[in-house]
Amino acid sequence: MPPEAEPVGSGSDSGKQFGDRVKRLEDPALITGKGRFVDDIRLPDSAHAAFVRSPHAHAIIRSIDKGVALELPGVVAVFTLADFRPHLAVERMVVGLPSPSYKQQRDRPALADEEVVHVGEAVAIIIAETRYIAEDAASLVMIDYDPLPAVADCRDALKPDATLVHRDAPHNELAAFDMGYGDVDGVFATAPHIYAESFWQHRGGSHSIEGRGCVATYDETKERLTLFSSTQASHSAKSVLVDMLGWDENRVRVITPDVGGGFGPKVVFYPEDISTALAAILLRRPVKWTEDRREHFIATTQERDQYWDVEIAVDDDGYVLGLRGSLVHDHGAYTARGINLAYNSALVVTLPYEIAAFHLDVRLALTNKVPSTPVRGAGHPQGIFVMERMLDRAARELGIDRAEIRRRNLVPAEKIPYERPLKSRGDTPVLLDSGDYPACMESALQRAGYADFRARQERARAEGRYIGIGIGNYVKGTGRGPFESVNVKIGTSGKILVYTGAAAMGQSTRTMLSQIVAKQLGGDMDLVEVVTGDTDGVSIGIGGSASRQTVTAGSSALLAATEVREKLLALAAHMLEASPEDLEIVGGEVRVKGVPDMKIALGKLANAVGGTPGYTLPGGIDPGMEATGNFIVDDLTFANGTQVVEVEVDAETGHVAFLNYVIVHDSGALINPMIVDGQVIGGAAHGIGNALYEWMGFDENAQPITTNFAEYLMVTATEMPTFDMSHMESPTPLNPLGVKGVGECGLVPATAAIISAIEDALSPFDARLAHCPVTPAEIVAMVQQGQPVRA
Amino acid sequence: MGETRDISLTINGKTYSETVEVRFTLADFMRQQLGLTGTHLGCEHGVCGACTILFDGNSARSCLMLAVQADGHEITTIEGIAISDDELHPLQEAFRDNHGLQCGFCTPGMLTTLIEFLRDNPDPTEAEVRIAISGNLCRCTGYQGIVAAALDAAKRLREANAA
Repeated sequence: MPPEAEPVGSGSDSGKQFGDRVKRLEDPALITGKGRFVDDIRLPDSAHAAFVRSPHAHAIIRSIDKGVALELPGVVAVFTLADFRPHLAVERMVVGLPSPSYKQQRDRPALADEEVVHVGEAVAIIIAETRYIAEDAASLVMIDYDPLPAVADCRDALKPDATLVHRDAPHNELAAFDMGYGDVDGVFATAPHIYAESFWQHRGGSHSIEGRGCVATYDETKERLTLFSSTQASHSAKSVLVDMLGWDENRVRVITPDVGGGFGPKVVFYPEDISTALAAILLRRPVKWTEDRREHFIATTQERDQYWDVEIAVDDDGYVLGLRGSLVHDHGAYTARGINLAYNSALVVTLPYEIAAFHLDVRLALTNKVPSTPVRGAGHPQGIFVMERMLDRAARELGIDRAEIRRRNLVPAEKIPYERPLKSRGDTPVLLDSGDYPACMESALQRAGYADFRARQERARAEGRYIGIGIGNYVKGTGRGPFESVNVKIGTSGKILVYTGAAAMGQSTRTMLSQIVAKQLGGDMDLVEVVTGDTDGVSIGIGGSASRQTVTAGSSALLAATEVREKLLALAAHMLEASPEDLEIVGGEVRVKGVPDMKIALGKLANAVGGTPGYTLPGGIDPGMEATGNFIVDDLTFANGTQVVEVEVDAETGHVAFLNYVIVHDSGALINPMIVDGQVIGGAAHGIGNALYEWMGFDENAQPITTNFAEYLMVTATEMPTFDMSHMESPTPLNPLGVKGVGECGLVPATAAIISAIEDALSPFDARLAHCPVTPAEIVAMVQQGQPVRA
Repeated sequence: MGETRDISLTINGKTYSETVEVRFTLADFMRQQLGLTGTHLGCEHGVCGACTILFDGNSARSCLMLAVQADGHEITTIEGIAISDDELHPLQEAFRDNHGLQCGFCTPGMLTTLIEFLRDNPDPTEAEVRIAISGNLCRCTGYQGIVAAALDAAKRLREANAA
């Protein structure tokens, strides 16, 4: 489908909202304290939950004694897996994304069975009259553990005779696959230059400021469970609940209220969700559980370590001939999502560049740590980091400018659309669908004053200051399909209701969908009410992940709103005895152009097709003023961009300050540039955290050692530059809006650009950086030793 | 219920006389007992700043105080910032106009912190604003919209005072 000249529908009457910096519909409640987050939900007669969690990374549970805990006044119940077992059709959360590469299946139990495999694993749930009492009682449950050796390092996990993460496992390899194309061996056998590097990359936690939480309530009159959950995927959560409980679908409803940030881990279904739900079912009382920050550190999924060994083959002019290597990925103790992180990392490495041959061996290792699942970026930053660092290495060895080596290798605009010889995890083609990568980089270089940088650097060095510049190019597959349902419905009140399985966790989903729908239906966003994340709203849905919702839900909203628009016009034409072409929708009315008195309210039109017993529908129109859009898309649409970062490194303290941070971003058509700016900048800020601050530490026994915000450093306003943010707009032909995903994009090239800039600043000390995060102590050591420090 | 005390305090201009467990934090008391859920809890160890309130006009972490410590004191939360039901505080307006929030979870603490800051420092530099909110974590915005909102609000407040 080629892009339309007017990509968002030509029949609209009021397009002012679309493409504008419209103020957000979400804000009025949130700036006055009237938001409703999951912990704000207070149902009558609620009880409160706390979890007893494993203090060991690996142990056998010999016995659990609830007696003392149950005697504490205010304690209502203590449940373990043994108590839940009779009420579970399936004891484990079977959630792993399909892949032929699994070597073993490691699904999480609802609560720990006889073996705990990571610190923080939930063993029992306490229900009490208050959260305070529940937490008191949690310390009174007596569990006799028999500790076992634990695996902390994913490289150790794969060694022969390694300690086993699970007692019954044959080994610790969760999955293995390889990826590549071209004659890699041939290229490396004859390449003029081959350079090898080893990288360690670490991501850390999501640390949405709101933790996870849920409120479960069982309605005996309807025999129905309702779970309010801070999930990014209400329909998936419902589906897991239905499977585990063995109930009919109509007996389970999941509602996502306001969510205080998601960033990945809230897409996962957790032991706390099923346990809180079962407690409410068994006790016939609402039960609330709210995660605290320590629990977020030990029990919410994370992205952690990847170890890469990579070789690049280049010719004398810096043209890349091939890339090969291996990747070991820390999977954690269970499969809470799938192989997707490592898959994304491997898939994205070569995408921005023309590389004739590529091969990567990938192994996912079980460790005795909380499972790893996507955190904003989902493996992509690591793959981009590897490619960009290898280009920097080749540039340095060959004496070629780092921008120039990229110019020589970037996929040229004339090759796009460009199918790469790779497959997505769903076996669909990898098609770079739109964009001009070289122009994007040139724009960023120009904004960053790259041409003058070496002069600036020389002057700085003359003053004893160390400044450096780094470049990060990326592409990121966005808009992962196959669909996201949107139902658009006009009620007799005249309100335009929009229901979707898409999740809102801060990305302005309501505003985005309202802008799209309002453009088709009269232009008044105040008439649009968006209901996200309610499984009673639409029957099928997927949710918020992989920078997908504007592409999928946005396009479905356009289809549905367009259908409703046509229906409104046809019906109004019949009722006003006019031709549909002479009609327009303005505000809450359909009216005849140029004849202001000839009009009919949307609510009346909805009423007319609402049906009156015994009377025909007017104009032969189908019942109901509504339509459901299911825009189906299999191919990812690839956003791209460049970040150019200028830093000053304090050689005495190791502090890294940002002098300039340029972002040029292309995610196709922009529905609301203000929101896109916010998303991209927020992602880049997270990337600064990943480059310099965030480290989720474990000791050699896999005991977490960074479990509060004093030990785990989040970026604050004083570390942030003022980002220089600009857009290119290359609409994708893959959806009718021409949009690409945004949510993760700002993060993807950030670590690559920042670490490159630090290495450049420290080039007088011959510093080499092959890891992130980089700490001040490591920088000071490099300066003092004047030689490389490696992971 | 554990040991309790009777306390009386003013929140957003309204007086509350309540019996409270002595170990309840001020944040839990306001959220759970009074239903004032506008104040948020992000870390419960005093770092994230989402729970920041104005305590006798000064910013304070309501997760690090006990409810009994508020006996006889005056508190302002996000629910009490607006000028009236129909009129937002200029800082609230500026947050909306400058995209100073995304998920909105850190916003209660950002607003209370900045109200105190702009009262004491009506014409701040960008660097001063950044330092002022350096005790408040935001994971969504990269702080850029928040800083812009604070500077915009300072301007609006100065203009309002000059008028």
